[in-house]
Amino acid sequence: MLPEALLDHTVLTVAAGAVLLGLASGALGTFAVLRRQSLLGDVMSHAALPGVVGGYLVAGTRSLPAMLAGALVTGLLAAALAWLLSSRLRVKSEAALGSALGLGFALGVVLLSYVQRQPGAGSAGLETFLFGQAAATLRSDVWVLLGVAVVALGAVTLVFGELELATFDPVYARARGHRVDLIDAGLTGLLAVAVVIGLQLVGVVLMSALVVAPAVAARQLTRGLRAMFWTAGAVGALSALAGALVSAATPGLATGPVVVLVVSVVAALALLLGPERGRSAEA
Amino acid sequence: MQALLDDVGFVVALTGVLTAAASALLGSVLVARGQAMLTDAVSHGVVFGIAATYLLTGTVSGPVQLLGAAAAGVLTVVVTQALAASGRVRRDAATGLVFPALFAAGVIVLGLFARDVHVDTHTVLLGEIGFVWLERVPFLGLEVPRAPLVLAAVLLLDVAYVLAFWERLVAASFDPLHARLQGLAPEPTSLGLLVLMALTAVAALDAVGVVLFVAFAIVPAVAARLLAARMGAVTALAVAIGTAAALAGYPLAVAADVSIGGTMALLTAFPLAAAAAWRLARARA
Repeated sequence: MLPEALLDHTVLTVAAGAVLLGLASGALGTFAVLRRQSLLGDVMSHAALPGVVGGYLVAGTRSLPAMLAGALVTGLLAAALAWLLSSRLRVKSEAALGSALGLGFALGVVLLSYVQRQPGAGSAGLETFLFGQAAATLRSDVWVLLGVAVVALGAVTLVFGELELATFDPVYARARGHRVDLIDAGLTGLLAVAVVIGLQLVGVVLMSALVVAPAVAARQLTRGLRAMFWTAGAVGALSALAGALVSAATPGLATGPVVVLVVSVVAALALLLGPERGRSAEA
Repeated sequence: MQALLDDVGFVVALTGVLTAAASALLGSVLVARGQAMLTDAVSHGVVFGIAATYLLTGTVSGPVQLLGAAAAGVLTVVVTQALAASGRVRRDAATGLVFPALFAAGVIVLGLFARDVHVDTHTVLLGEIGFVWLERVPFLGLEVPRAPLVLAAVLLLDVAYVLAFWERLVAASFDPLHARLQGLAPEPTSLGLLVLMALTAVAALDAVGVVLFVAFAIVPAVAARLLAARMGAVTALAVAIGTAAALAGYPLAVAADVSIGGTMALLTAFPLAAAAAWRLARARA
């Protein structure tokens, strides 16, 4: 029964989508965790909701590119709001992040309820963006995910040295003539991409965990940024795959919570047993 | 009195006002301490408690659920702080690791086992403030809607606590070291604050869900801190801003036929924008 199910086109589509987004989000999350931006990822994923609904409204149909583009815009706007509050108005950083998260999500909830009350709209699928639904992945969605993953991971690989320097020693990087502010902006943009890419599968509420947990696990298991980067990608890909298959096989079970539970167990095991920064390193 | 309690609009608006007031009151203390995102961790952790209480006892409301859920909210923060203190994970990553894991487990349990009861995954996420008048309990000879009754009791507890420990809360918020030297140790008040935060999050869950609670707790406090300097003024202003947003949000949401809880939370953006504009203009002048 299992081989037959694995050959099923729907299952293949779901699995391919899950692996791609888990790989991209997990790997890109490395920089978010090292740069202490985990909570910023949470803000962006919640604030992506109005963008998803807005993308749907603009496109007039359930178009993944339009919804992901909208999510990217509102996620980055929320990051900008948090930055404005904390740096220009000296609001404490957690309060600035919480304000952007709460208001972004509130706007999304209002827009979602507006769209759902329009007569005859095919908007029922929008609700799946809250907790994610692997079964909703279309073949065309996989091509979108593949394109985003290749471009994002390719861009990081090309400038890996600069990113490493700017992350661990920004002062020296600046002295070497690197535009650290540009690199910072680029990494914040990459974090937004990492969050947005998984929204359909994992949902806005829990997406940030798929960015944070693989990097935390990889940090316990590896030495060196490159190894951490690709290990986080592998952990993300395997967790997303496992979660997507379990949820697709279980009617009524949203994908996001399953993926996040799997990846959290992996991170917990790495924390308890990992050789590098784990318990055994204390001895 | 019973006629008023039978009025749907009154009950919904009252629930919104009580939610906003209780959240903003505790939120302004947490914002002053730089721990605003604790509200996020606590409210998500509460869902794990609701699921665990349901699995263990089969209850979906009442004092057992309230205490079980609140205990899970407190536990979320304790586990997060222990993980951060271990030095293996920084505090932001520890926060981003623990509460999503517990929330995910809670959502799975509710999705699999509790589909026929009213605490479904949709409600814990978004709340159902439009339906809070449905469930009623007898109280002082009246038929009182349960959600605002619980919220009112929690709000009274919150107010009593903040008034009783006001000096400690202020001292610990601004200068923990000085507070300790004065014999006003911050730890007991921190735990009390956390427990009340969790109780408030549980009480608010039926109405506004786990995420909008964060907006109600943080945004009014941030706006108030831009407008006022003294802690007492900030707290009073935050409660006033949250209450006003809830009051204005109800008729607006009904007129536009959109989410009531979402509209109430979103309206807190206007006082925040006005306060920010005022501050920026004053800085320029």
